[in-house]
Amino acid sequence: MSSSTSNTSTHHTSTIGAIGAPSRRNTELALLVFAVLIPVFAYANVGLAIDDQVPAGLLSYGLGLGLLAGVAHLVVRKFAPYADPLMLPLATLLNGLGLVAIWRLDQSKLLQSIGQAGGKATNQLIYTAMGIALFAVVLVFLKDHRTLQRYTYISMAGALVLLLLPLVPGLGAELTYGAKIWIQVGSFTIQPGEFAKIVLAVFFAGYLMVKRDALALASRRFMGLYLPRGRDLGPIIVVWMISILILVFETDLGTSLLFFGMFVIMLYVATERTSWIVFGLLMSAAGAVGVASFEPHVKTRVQAWLNPMREYTLSRTPGATGVHSEQAMQALWAFGSGGTLGTGWGQGHSELIRFAANSDFIFATFGEELGLAGVMAILLIYGLVVERGVRTALAARDPFGKLLAIGLSGAFALQVFVVAGGVMGLIPLTGMTMPFLAYGGSSVIANWALIGILIRISDTARRPAPAPAPSPDAEMTQVVRPT
Amino acid sequence: MNKPLRRIAIFCGLLVLALLIRDNWLQYVKADSLREDPDNRRVLIARYATPRGDIIVDGKAITGHAETTSGDFKYKRTYKDGAMWAPVTGFVSQSYGANQLESIEDGILTGNDDRLFFRNTLDMLTGKPKEGGNVVTTLNAAAQKAAYNGLKKQGGKGAVAAIEPSTGKILALASYPSYDPSTIAGGSDSDAAAWKKLDKKNNPDDPMLNRALREVYPPGSTFKVITAAAALENGLYKSADEQTKSPLPWTMPGTTTVLKNEGNIPCKNATLRVALQYSCNTVFGKVGSDLGNEKMLEEAKKFGFTEQQFVPVRSSASVFSDDMNPSQTALSSIGQYNTAATPLQMAMVAAAVANNGTLMKPYMVDSLQAPNVDTLEKTEPEKMSEPLSAENAQILQSMMETVVKDGTGKTAQMQGVTVGGKTGTAQHGENNSKNPYAWFISYAKVGDSAPVAVAVVVQDDNAVRENISGSGLAAPIAKSVMEAVIDSKK
Repeated sequence: MSSSTSNTSTHHTSTIGAIGAPSRRNTELALLVFAVLIPVFAYANVGLAIDDQVPAGLLSYGLGLGLLAGVAHLVVRKFAPYADPLMLPLATLLNGLGLVAIWRLDQSKLLQSIGQAGGKATNQLIYTAMGIALFAVVLVFLKDHRTLQRYTYISMAGALVLLLLPLVPGLGAELTYGAKIWIQVGSFTIQPGEFAKIVLAVFFAGYLMVKRDALALASRRFMGLYLPRGRDLGPIIVVWMISILILVFETDLGTSLLFFGMFVIMLYVATERTSWIVFGLLMSAAGAVGVASFEPHVKTRVQAWLNPMREYTLSRTPGATGVHSEQAMQALWAFGSGGTLGTGWGQGHSELIRFAANSDFIFATFGEELGLAGVMAILLIYGLVVERGVRTALAARDPFGKLLAIGLSGAFALQVFVVAGGVMGLIPLTGMTMPFLAYGGSSVIANWALIGILIRISDTARRPAPAPAPSPDAEMTQVVRPT
Repeated sequence: MNKPLRRIAIFCGLLVLALLIRDNWLQYVKADSLREDPDNRRVLIARYATPRGDIIVDGKAITGHAETTSGDFKYKRTYKDGAMWAPVTGFVSQSYGANQLESIEDGILTGNDDRLFFRNTLDMLTGKPKEGGNVVTTLNAAAQKAAYNGLKKQGGKGAVAAIEPSTGKILALASYPSYDPSTIAGGSDSDAAAWKKLDKKNNPDDPMLNRALREVYPPGSTFKVITAAAALENGLYKSADEQTKSPLPWTMPGTTTVLKNEGNIPCKNATLRVALQYSCNTVFGKVGSDLGNEKMLEEAKKFGFTEQQFVPVRSSASVFSDDMNPSQTALSSIGQYNTAATPLQMAMVAAAVANNGTLMKPYMVDSLQAPNVDTLEKTEPEKMSEPLSAENAQILQSMMETVVKDGTGKTAQMQGVTVGGKTGTAQHGENNSKNPYAWFISYAKVGDSAPVAVAVVVQDDNAVRENISGSGLAAPIAKSVMEAVIDSKK
C-alpha cells in the first residue's frame, strides 16, 4: 500500500504533501476489483447456504456493484486524480458486504413475517447508486474543498434546520422505535441527522479556522487550565446545549454524542489545548449522566446495557410494567453463537433480534455469521478508513481542510465506536447505524458524500504542490513547527 | 496542528482497539456460555434442526418426524398411535419441552450424546447431516395394543403394566384416558390450544398422567398375594393347605370393629388356598396383624414397595406404612388403609411369584443405538430381590392358579395355558363413597416358563357399583394382554 508520506523523498515532516507523488489510480482500480469480488463471492455463499444453489441474481448483482464501483473510479480518475487510493475500495467493500447481509436477512421468514425483510437489498442497491451519484456530484462540482469555507454560517443554519426537522409536526415520522430522528416525505423516510453530521463539520471547520487563535491564546489561567474568554466559549456552550436538547427532544443519545465529540475533536485540533478535551469529557459525562437518569427511553437502554438478561426476561413477561427490549441480549447471543469462526453466511439466526436486525443491529449478523475473525476484519477496515482520513488531515495544506478532514473522520470513528460498542454491549445502545453496512438510504447516501469530501481533500493534499503557494493559509502550513 | 492530529489518530486507534478487545471477550471468552445459554433460542433451533431419532418397538419406529411449515424449528416429532404409546414415549414439544423417555434419552435421540461425538465430528467433516440415535424398547406391540384397547373399551380410567417375569422387561404400559403427543409436538397456536386442553386444570380426566407408573391406587385384595407370601416366608403357615387360625367373625385387635368379608364365603379357619380363592378379608387381615407391621413391611419392601423405580422413567413409590397398630396393619394387609401401589408395582408382585420368587428389576429400554444402528448400550436383566423362596413361590403359584381355576378369577382362564391371578376391588373415597377400583394381577405359564405377568386397574366412576369387580372389569383386559404376549411368542 502506498501512503501519502512514504513517498516523499527526504522530508522529515509529513505536513507537506507528497510532491510528485504517483497518482495511484491503478492501485485503486486493482483494489476495487477485490472490493467487488469479495461481496460477489459472499453473495454466492449466502445463496448456497440458504437454497443450495447459486443465487439467480448473482450476475446482475455483481454487474451492478461493479458498475457503481467503476463509475466511482472513473469519476475519481478524472476529477480527483491524486486522491487517496484506499478510501474508495474500502467504502465499496463495506457497502458490498452490507448489501449481502441485507439480502441474506431478506431471506428470513421470521423477518418477512413482521414486514422487516424482502426487497430491502434492492432498495439498498438503489440507495447505493444514489450515494455514488452524490459522491460523483461532490467530486465534479466541488473543485476545491476550500469553497465550502464560504458557507460557514449557512452551514450552521442548515445543520440546525436538518436537526430540528423531525420535531416539525406532520413531518416527523411515526414509525420510529423510541427515537424521533426520522422525517417522512411521501413514502420515503429520511434521517436528517446523517446529513447534518457533514454540514456541521463544515460549519465547525469554518468557524474554528477563524477563531482558533482567539480560542487558543486569549485565555485566562484557572486551576491549572487555560479557560477561554466567554465570547469565544459561547459557541461551544451553544453547541453543547443544542446537542443535549436534541437528545432530550429526539431521545437520540448517539447523534448528540457524535456531534459533541466531533466538535471537541475539532476544537482540540484547532487550538492545540488539552483543556478542551477535559472540558468536553466533563460536559458530555455530565450531560449523559443527567439525561440517562431522567429520560425514560435512554434510561431503558442504560438498564439494558447493565443487565441485558433482566430486560430480556422482562420483555418476555406478560404484564411487566414499562418498555423493555430483548434486543441487547439477543445481540449478545448472536455474537456468542458466532464464536471464533462464525456459522458461515446465511447459517446464523440473527433475525431473532427482530425489527432492527438489518439496520441498527446488522453488525450482530456479521458477528454471528463471520465470527470473531470476520468482525475483527470489518473493524480493521473501518479503522483503515479512519486512518486514511486522519492521514488526509495530516497531509492537507490548509487549516480548513485539516479541520474538515479530521472532523469527518473523527465523526466516522465515533459513529463506528458508538454503534459497534452499543451492539456488542460495551456501551449503552444508542440506535445509530453502522456506516455503509446497515440498511437505510440516508446513512448510505450521507456516508458516500462524506467519503467524497475526504477524497476531494486528499486529492488537494496529494496533488503536486503548486509553487509558489498563492494562499496565505497554504503559506502557514509550510511552517515546520518544532514538536 | 499536526500534534493534536496525531493524538486524535491515537485516540481513534484506541476506540478500534476497545472494540477489538470487547469482540474477543464476547466471541472468544464468553462464546461458549452465550452459545449454550438455554434462553438462547438457537439451542432449540439446533435441537429441532435435524430429524430426531426414533423410539422403536418390535423393530418398528413408533415415532417419526415431520417438517414444520412455519416458524424457525425445522422438524417436529410425530407419533404413530400416539395415545396408545404416550405412557411409554412421553412427549417432546417445540414449545413445552419433553418428558419421560423422550426427555431421559434426549441426548441419544437428538444425537448430542457424548458417545456420538466422534461420529458427529466425522459426519461434520464429510458433510453429512447430523442424525439422532434410536431407543429400542422392550415393549411388545401386540400386548400394548391389547392393553390400550381393553382399557378404551372399558371406558373410565385405568392402567395396565405387563412384565416378562424372567427378565423384568416391560411388555406393556398403558394408561387411559391418554393423549396424542403429536398434537402438542409443534409450536403453533393449535399446539398451544391442545396443550391447554390437556392441562390438568382444564381437564379433570388428566390425560397426561401416566397412570401405569405415576399413580398409586389402593391395591385392595391383590395385596393379599403379598400377605400370603409374608405368611409363608415367616413360617406362620407352612403350606397352602394348612388350616389357618381364623375365627369368623373376627374383631380387629384393639378395636371393637369386626372385619367383614364380601358376601357369605367359607373363611372360618380356611386354608390359605381357600382364603385366596374366595378372597377372605378375615384370614389375611389376621395374618397381617399376627405377623405385625414390621414383618409385613419387610416383605412389601422386598417386592419393591416404598421405593421409586427407574425403568428408566421414574415410577412413584408404592406405599406401605411403618407406624401402624395391629388393626391398621390388618387393614393394610388386605390392601386398604394407607396401602397404595402403582400398576407397575403390582405387576412386579405377580412377576416375582411367577419367576419362582426372584424379582427382576423392571426396565423398558432394551438398547440405545447410534444412527447407523450400532448398539451403544444394552440393558442386561438384573436381579432386584428375592421376596420369597422358590418352594414358597411355587406354593403361592398353586394358590393363585386355584383363584383362576375355581375362584374369583375365572374370567382370566385361557385354554392350554396355566394362569395364576388375584382379583381386587379396592374401596376408596371418604367412607368408601366413591366407586371402587377394580384390580387384577396375573401371570400366564406355558409349560415351565412364565412369559408374562400383568397388572390391570380400572376405575369406572360411571359403572353401577355392584357390577364393579376385578373379575368383571380388569381380568378380561389382563387375559387379552397375556394372550397377545403368548401369541406373539409362537
